[in-house]
Amino acid sequence: MQGLEKLMLEKANALLQSGEVDRVIGWKKGESYYDVSPATFTKDNLEGFVYNCFCGANLSKYLVAESKKEGKMLVFLKPCDTYSFNQLLSEHRIEKEKFYVVGVGCNGHLDMNKVYAQGVEGILSMSEDENNLIVETVYGQKIVEKESALLIKCLTCKSKEFAVADETLVVGEMKPANPNRFEEVEKLESMTEAERYAFWKEQLSKCIRCNACRNACPACTCINCVFDNNASGISAKANADEFEEKLFHIIRAYHVAGRCTDCGECSRVCPQNIPLHLINRKVIKDINENYGDYQAGAEVNARNPLVNYTKADVEAKEVVEGGNK
Amino acid sequence: MQEIEKNQKKPLIVAFCCNWCSYAGADLAGSSRLSYPAEVKIIKVPCSCRVNPIFILKAFQRGADGVILCGCHPGDCHYSEGNYRTRRRMGLLFSMLNYFGIEKERTRIEWVSAAEGAKFSAVMNDFAKTINELGENRRLEDLRCKD
Ligand code: SF4
Ligand code: SF4
Ligand code: SF4
Ligand code: FES
Repeated sequence: MQGLEKLMLEKANALLQSGEVDRVIGWKKGESYYDVSPATFTKDNLEGFVYNCFCGANLSKYLVAESKKEGKMLVFLKPCDTYSFNQLLSEHRIEKEKFYVVGVGCNGHLDMNKVYAQGVEGILSMSEDENNLIVETVYGQKIVEKESALLIKCLTCKSKEFAVADETLVVGEMKPANPNRFEEVEKLESMTEAERYAFWKEQLSKCIRCNACRNACPACTCINCVFDNNASGISAKANADEFEEKLFHIIRAYHVAGRCTDCGECSRVCPQNIPLHLINRKVIKDINENYGDYQAGAEVNARNPLVNYTKADVEAKEVVEGGNK
Repeated sequence: MQEIEKNQKKPLIVAFCCNWCSYAGADLAGSSRLSYPAEVKIIKVPCSCRVNPIFILKAFQRGADGVILCGCHPGDCHYSEGNYRTRRRMGLLFSMLNYFGIEKERTRIEWVSAAEGAKFSAVMNDFAKTINELGENRRLEDLRCKD
């Protein structure tokens, strides 16, 4: 990753110096190695620019606000992020002219909780090589295999293609994507209704309604969101009634149906570890199986399958019965 | 929808019927003296595609035990293509509800023309029977635990 970071920094410098771009969005160092946050940089201030295995966040959503500003911005996008970028273009949320897109190669990013779970304590410093995270702790050195601490979204990565990029920076080989990202959805589908109900009840009961899943989702870009409208009956952080939480999850998932790029941000940011992507991925699977393969963001201006009906479509009943037991 | 009160004994069924075919079908059922169950509450909509998914959810929120959506037969929609949109939209919504474990019998789409009074009555009787057998719609209410 260090090699990639160096290339990215050089690229940022070069484009800023030449005047091709005015700003850069990337990651900034924090207190510790894993404490990195999205940040913008300018010509005279590239300090703290960092890129490492904890830069898993999808930067696309920030571009909605950035697109309204003057000037051009350099953005580094991982393969998964490029789909979100395209989808935002299709929905006229951002303008391509405002961005210079550099696709960065990816072999997955890490979930710090999975590192902690391996008994890593008293961290002094960290570094990484291609396959390992090397942690210096007060108890000595600890090696954590990257494979063992990948984010859920990286374990089920849909594609390593760059759906859009002005140029790409790739160091070494990119490992192929997961050929069966629907495996877990299939597992749920093969359960009985009662088992599925029990599964979701347990999961959704953990929700604290922090709205992080909505805030992070690059498909959720409405300026006025129904969940912020007090009159909607589904806005409150404290429940108005028992029904509210289910409505929140159903509406959130359905609202991005056909637009979800399966970027996995919703699950990544959920403080309660609810596997929200399994809801959206179910919709993607249903669309693929019933209405033809479709991946939001793979192509700009593709027609959303929800409006792209054909006269020969299957009946609703068959969609329900086709997938679910 | 606001006025619908939860009926403890009889299940509550909400039927969205498009103005041009299914509602007329219901009318014909009435004038032909064919009965449909009293627990079916009909809501007239201009076209089946007027039914925003949130209408279905709100109906359940207000206590419906089953929701049925009726429109013109594919190809016969008064607005040419409304029911094709409905079909995709509801296919995905109903499937998602079932994925959450909500019984698949609680949601249904039926195409009923203005001439099909008998079909309207048969569909509603059958749907009411199914919902009666299923009983109250507890799962959608209880999807999140309250303890
Ligand atoms: S989902 Fe795929 S492309 Fe995105 S960060 Fe993970 S491995 Fe990389
Ligand atoms: S991020 Fe998780 S806890 Fe927060 S509202 Fe979404 S599902 Fe609920
Ligand atoms: S719903 Fe989740 S996976 Fe889909 S686009 Fe939004 S954040 Fe990404
Ligand atoms: S008018 Fe009946 S379905 Fe459109």
